[in-house]
Amino acid sequence: MKLITVAGPPSSGKTSVILRLADVLRERGKTIGVVKFDCLTSFDRERYTEYGIPVQVGFAGKFCPDHFFISNVEDAVRWGTEQGFDILITESAGLCNRCSPHIRGVLAICVIDNLSGVHTPRKIGPMLKFADIVVVTKGDIVSQAEREVFMFNIRQVNSSAKIVFINGITGQGAFMLGKHAESASETTSLRGYKLRFTTPSSVCSYCTGETRIGEEYQMGMLRKMEFP
Amino acid sequence: MTEDLYEIIAGTTLGKLLASHPVAADFFVNYNLQNLKSDLPLSEALDYADENTLIDFGLDKATVLDQLVRFLQTVAEEKQTAAVEEITILGGQTKSGEAEEFTLSIKPGEIVSIVGPTGSGKSRLLADIECLAQRDTPTKRLILVNGKTLEDEERFAMDGRLVAQLSQNMNFVMDLSVEEFLEMHAKSRLHPEPERVAAECFAAANELAGEKFTPDTKVTQLSGGQSRALMIADTACMSASPIVLIDEIENAGVDRRQAIRMLAKNEKIVLISTHDPLLALIAGKRLVIKNGGVHAVIETTPEERESLAKIEMLDNTLQSIRNRLRTGGRITPDTI
Repeated sequence: MKLITVAGPPSSGKTSVILRLADVLRERGKTIGVVKFDCLTSFDRERYTEYGIPVQVGFAGKFCPDHFFISNVEDAVRWGTEQGFDILITESAGLCNRCSPHIRGVLAICVIDNLSGVHTPRKIGPMLKFADIVVVTKGDIVSQAEREVFMFNIRQVNSSAKIVFINGITGQGAFMLGKHAESASETTSLRGYKLRFTTPSSVCSYCTGETRIGEEYQMGMLRKMEFP
Repeated sequence: MTEDLYEIIAGTTLGKLLASHPVAADFFVNYNLQNLKSDLPLSEALDYADENTLIDFGLDKATVLDQLVRFLQTVAEEKQTAAVEEITILGGQTKSGEAEEFTLSIKPGEIVSIVGPTGSGKSRLLADIECLAQRDTPTKRLILVNGKTLEDEERFAMDGRLVAQLSQNMNFVMDLSVEEFLEMHAKSRLHPEPERVAAECFAAANELAGEKFTPDTKVTQLSGGQSRALMIADTACMSASPIVLIDEIENAGVDRRQAIRMLAKNEKIVLISTHDPLLALIAGKRLVIKNGGVHAVIETTPEERESLAKIEMLDNTLQSIRNRLRTGGRITPDTI
């Protein structure tokens, strides 16, 4: 089974991109499954199901979404293998722009959209920086010039990624993504695999549910700013 | 080669590097490294960089240099756009699977229009050209570049740089003045004289726009027609992509004929999908799409070109009615 991780800020068009990619892959006779990692709510189960794509949805709730992803992705792969999919796609939102579900040896896609502003690529961290493919959506509603400046700003952060422009409504551009998806390597288990970037570090009193503010309630890993 | 470049860059001071490669300034800002000592060789200057800042970005001294080298190389590569002397479209199949029999070669400076009812497959043809289809899209068409088929690797390497697209909705979301916007674009294209090309582009845009605008107008305040004019001029003057795909830009407010000519004059291959008779006939050839396939390739006859003048008159009449209404005038039978 080929495994692909897809991440991107909320509402950048991840689900639409995955659906358009599914169109291309199905045309080639491939079966696809999706595991959606979300925070509190998600309407994507319906969208995938309507589309005839088997889907599992998990909610991080009060946990760090990145930690939630990494502690469940092995089980996701097991599910995908048991179901006998040709391709399993995990979808997660890069909520703090530091979340990065990309795994070494697993095709990593980051989805961002043109409407978020030309400087956005520079504000997104490891999720964009460590992606193999950067998919840019909503290009049909901005100018060619803005698309080019946007692409240039992606290049500054990630000079080796392939950049693919996809129209999430018509599917234009999805074809090339399909080509890339076919080059993903086979994954049967993630044992021994490594993340491309560390998850946000934590373990402090607030991680375990403390809500009171003040020095005496702060324990564990902390980072202090310097004020003059 | 890369190693040499690595050594050279590691030994260069930030001051010198920025003088020769201004594009690198943003690279350092991206990693919160804008305060490096500019008079030390980079490899030494990075010794003073805050380690935590580097760690936050998953970097260390060596990887910063490595990434910088890669960035400068990628940018240099992107600057040299593949020379396209010709693209050739070879027929595939229609929606019902019948053979689509046609072959068409297009050279820079040529204009081809694509006509056909809505839903007939015009956008599919544009999509095939965009991804340089190799008999592997649903239409099974084949696109040759300079007479050759392409391996996947070559298609990936071109990375969407071959095709610029002007779509129906063209808005600006950046909060910049026209002048700032054009200079920003020129800089991202690494143009040696960003101010000059920005000024040229501004003049060209104002030629196309019905209502003039100034360099300090915010791009978000431009009217639909003005935005479109700016975008077309920008694509003609600044975009490096040799192929321009235009999807139905009929809406009023831009001198369409001049817009298309401006693109073609800049030695681009122009394909326009359109329902507009004026645009359809400006092209030297038009493709008629039916049932997902190219039904006919029609060369514009001298007679049609003559009719173009008449159509233009009709178009001007309509435009003057529009202007009259806009400015609070009344329409009488003799104004038409």
